[in-house]
Amino acid sequence: MILACYANDVKLAYIYIRGEFPEGARILNRAIDDARASGFLGKGICGTKYNLEIHVHRGAGAYICGEETGLIESLEGKRPYPRIKPPYFPAALGLYMCPTIVNNVETLCNVRHVMEMGGDEYASLGTAVNTGTRIVSLSGQVKRPGYYEIEVGKATLGELIFHRNFGQGLLDGRKLRAIIPGGSSSKVFRAGEKFNIKSKDKWGKVIGQKLGLLDIPYDFDTLMKCGSMSGSSAIIVMDDSVDIVEALGNLSDFYAHESCGQCTPCREGSLWMAKALKRMRSGEARKGDADYLRHIAHNIQGRTICAFGEACAWPVLSFVDKFRDDFEQRGAEDEARLAKRNREAAAS
Amino acid sequence: MADRQTKPAVETVTVKVDGRAVEVPRTTPNWEGKPEPTTVLQACKYAGVEIPHYCYHPKLPVVGNCRMCLVHVAMPGRPGPDGKPPMNEDGTPKVFPMQLPYEPGTPRGVIGCATGIIPGMDINASSPETREMREAVLESLLINHPLDCPICDQAGECKLQEYSVDHGQPESRFAEVKVHKPKAVDLGPRITLDAERCVLCTRCIRFSADVAGDDALGIVNRGSYNAISSYPGQPFDNNYTLNTVDICPVGALTSDDFRFQMRVWFLKETKSLCTGCGTGCNTVIGSRENRMYRYEPRQNDAVNSCWMCDVGRLDYKWIGRDDRLAKLRGPRGNTTWPSALKEISGHLTKAAEGSVAIVASSRQTNEELFLLNKLAKRFKALTDSVPRKGEADHLLVAEDRNPNTTGAQLTGITTKRVGSRLAAIAKGIVSGKIKTLIVFGEDVTQHGIDAKLLGKLKMLIVSDILPNATTRKADYLLPGCSHAEKRGTFTNVKGRVQKFTKALEPSGDAMPEWEVLHELVHNVTGLDGFNSIEGLFNQMADEVKAFKVAGLTWAGLGDQGADVKL
Repeated sequence: MILACYANDVKLAYIYIRGEFPEGARILNRAIDDARASGFLGKGICGTKYNLEIHVHRGAGAYICGEETGLIESLEGKRPYPRIKPPYFPAALGLYMCPTIVNNVETLCNVRHVMEMGGDEYASLGTAVNTGTRIVSLSGQVKRPGYYEIEVGKATLGELIFHRNFGQGLLDGRKLRAIIPGGSSSKVFRAGEKFNIKSKDKWGKVIGQKLGLLDIPYDFDTLMKCGSMSGSSAIIVMDDSVDIVEALGNLSDFYAHESCGQCTPCREGSLWMAKALKRMRSGEARKGDADYLRHIAHNIQGRTICAFGEACAWPVLSFVDKFRDDFEQRGAEDEARLAKRNREAAAS
Repeated sequence: MADRQTKPAVETVTVKVDGRAVEVPRTTPNWEGKPEPTTVLQACKYAGVEIPHYCYHPKLPVVGNCRMCLVHVAMPGRPGPDGKPPMNEDGTPKVFPMQLPYEPGTPRGVIGCATGIIPGMDINASSPETREMREAVLESLLINHPLDCPICDQAGECKLQEYSVDHGQPESRFAEVKVHKPKAVDLGPRITLDAERCVLCTRCIRFSADVAGDDALGIVNRGSYNAISSYPGQPFDNNYTLNTVDICPVGALTSDDFRFQMRVWFLKETKSLCTGCGTGCNTVIGSRENRMYRYEPRQNDAVNSCWMCDVGRLDYKWIGRDDRLAKLRGPRGNTTWPSALKEISGHLTKAAEGSVAIVASSRQTNEELFLLNKLAKRFKALTDSVPRKGEADHLLVAEDRNPNTTGAQLTGITTKRVGSRLAAIAKGIVSGKIKTLIVFGEDVTQHGIDAKLLGKLKMLIVSDILPNATTRKADYLLPGCSHAEKRGTFTNVKGRVQKFTKALEPSGDAMPEWEVLHELVHNVTGLDGFNSIEGLFNQMADEVKAFKVAGLTWAGLGDQGADVKL
């Protein structure tokens, strides 16, 4: 961070850490004190004329503070409502309307390695166009969930789940049902999916490629071409014990809870989807609910101030599209049960 | 005048609105009046096409949160390597409809309120794509909105109703349980909030923080449970709170004063002015069956923008008071205008120079003061009016609490030092030199001419609208009209001459003062030629120097008034 600030001649920097990490904030503050004591922070850093202050700012527990302009508002002491872009691009009108660079921890962590290894060597990690490493957070029904640092694109989804260096496979006796490849907002993959993608090789030649789900190399471009994204690189593995409607309901509850409520489509739509899923989970699903959910989600994506709109719409769109049979079956069952109950009530 | 002639031509940009090429100014004033690139919404307005919106307000900072102004646009392509933009076969520049980057083929909208125009862009303000986006936003806004239009004060002037008719769906798909929020919340002493009706556009928050300078409102809770609130334990109470009711596009904020009083579609709207101070905020009077129900501010960027203060807004109850003077009274009891005017004229015609004094009011119109001054000149009468002072504020309230002190000064009724001649008038009465006193709209017993002095007069002629100690002593009591019951003009503290029109019929014998004065002036001085308010104003504009220099005419005042140099 100090290096990044030095490169941009930045005099003041903030570390915004979410409120749920008190221990992390303590550690950070201690590190800053250490850095200052060692002459890496403050006035005249390392004997140069360069000055820099870093402050740790703790959030109050809102997911939306991860959106850079929402974070800036929060840092200014306001409600973290993301700003409209244009005109409020942080590089032009950021914190206190000053030019501001906002980077996440992951990006800044790379700076050290780039400096240490040199740009060329660092870029030789990973694939030709997706360089460096990423820390993958593997969760769900795998034997060994955890954090694994990989060279970007040098491990496939299958390897991450099954390889002995990573997830070590599904729980015994289970079958793969679905994978969410890049954080809960990324679009879900259904087990057994096949993808036809086109990519350019090193020399710019377009090559067609057939990929099974588990053969997808974990890099940015391939995941995007397969219709999802590597996003936060948090992989969620779901096996055949997972109820898809329940799983989506769980995700939607989160997004309804975390929507800041500033702009209409997301504010109303996120809770609408969560309520619909709650109804479906409590035995009142209807046959048309798949389209109903799709309709709500479609009205959110691309129409909001920030990307939270996509974040709450994409799980719904992808779950409904890829597991439509689950939703329709539940609707049919519940309607049949309701009809039967009504018949019995009428008869008695 | 010179700068008006040398004003540079407005720089324009050509865009297409619904397929029609329109030339619009490159910049448009923002909420603070500073030029900023013209937005899609403004360009459509120039083209005569309304883009529906809730959160956008021309006098508030843009936040873009309601998404109602989403419009599908097509952008001209970037210039290629040859420096030329991509062209169609027919030689016209090619435009590219905006689409979702991650889902090509799905149209993507831009918010009209915050998106600057680009030369050559196509704004599809009425295309199916745009209509679909509007419909979706409206559907979202309506899912949690109560269906209480029949008991909602906003019904009839509600943007949610209007846009639902214009852009909404006939049926809701919503099959879940609505969110319930606080209702009938006492937000402050003059405002009631219904959080369920709120569309969370934040206009009220921005108005309070950025215009009124009182960062008193905010949003509590999160997501769909968001609700407007004042800070806990602190009522929303500044002198501008009621403006939030005007700008609330729905029935969330209602005025305690107007709430449940009258359905808005019954109200007759009349352009008027506020008389609370020398600012002269432009207003609209809402009245029905000769009763006034409310004032609303009327936009005039040279005076009050879109706002008015709460004190001024609620300063109308006296107009309909039960004890309004309605009987014309002479020395022998009730009388009629022909006899009273004949008797007064007869008395004044015989009056000697210097034996008459006039106390006028700076609440009177320019025309009335002009006529009073004509009368005064006939007798070389001492004239003055009564000062009213208060504390000025940072926004609209002026120190001068009379609406027309400037008019009284320009017409010569009073001087720079308003009220400085009142003592001389009192002295004249004491000495017996002044035998006749004409008082218009003031209780002189409060201003150094007490009841005992009034008793010394041979003749006291009083015109007023409410009873007081002076009216009780009057030999002739001429019931007058409030500004809501007549036409006329005021000149505000900054020298803007503005007109107001008649909303209500005066009660009983009451007559507009200028009509009475016109008759008297004619009878006493023989002057003629101003028996209509238009004619009278134009006559005055020709004779009062400041008005003449400014070239005022009644028609030329329009709705927004005109400035005179002070």
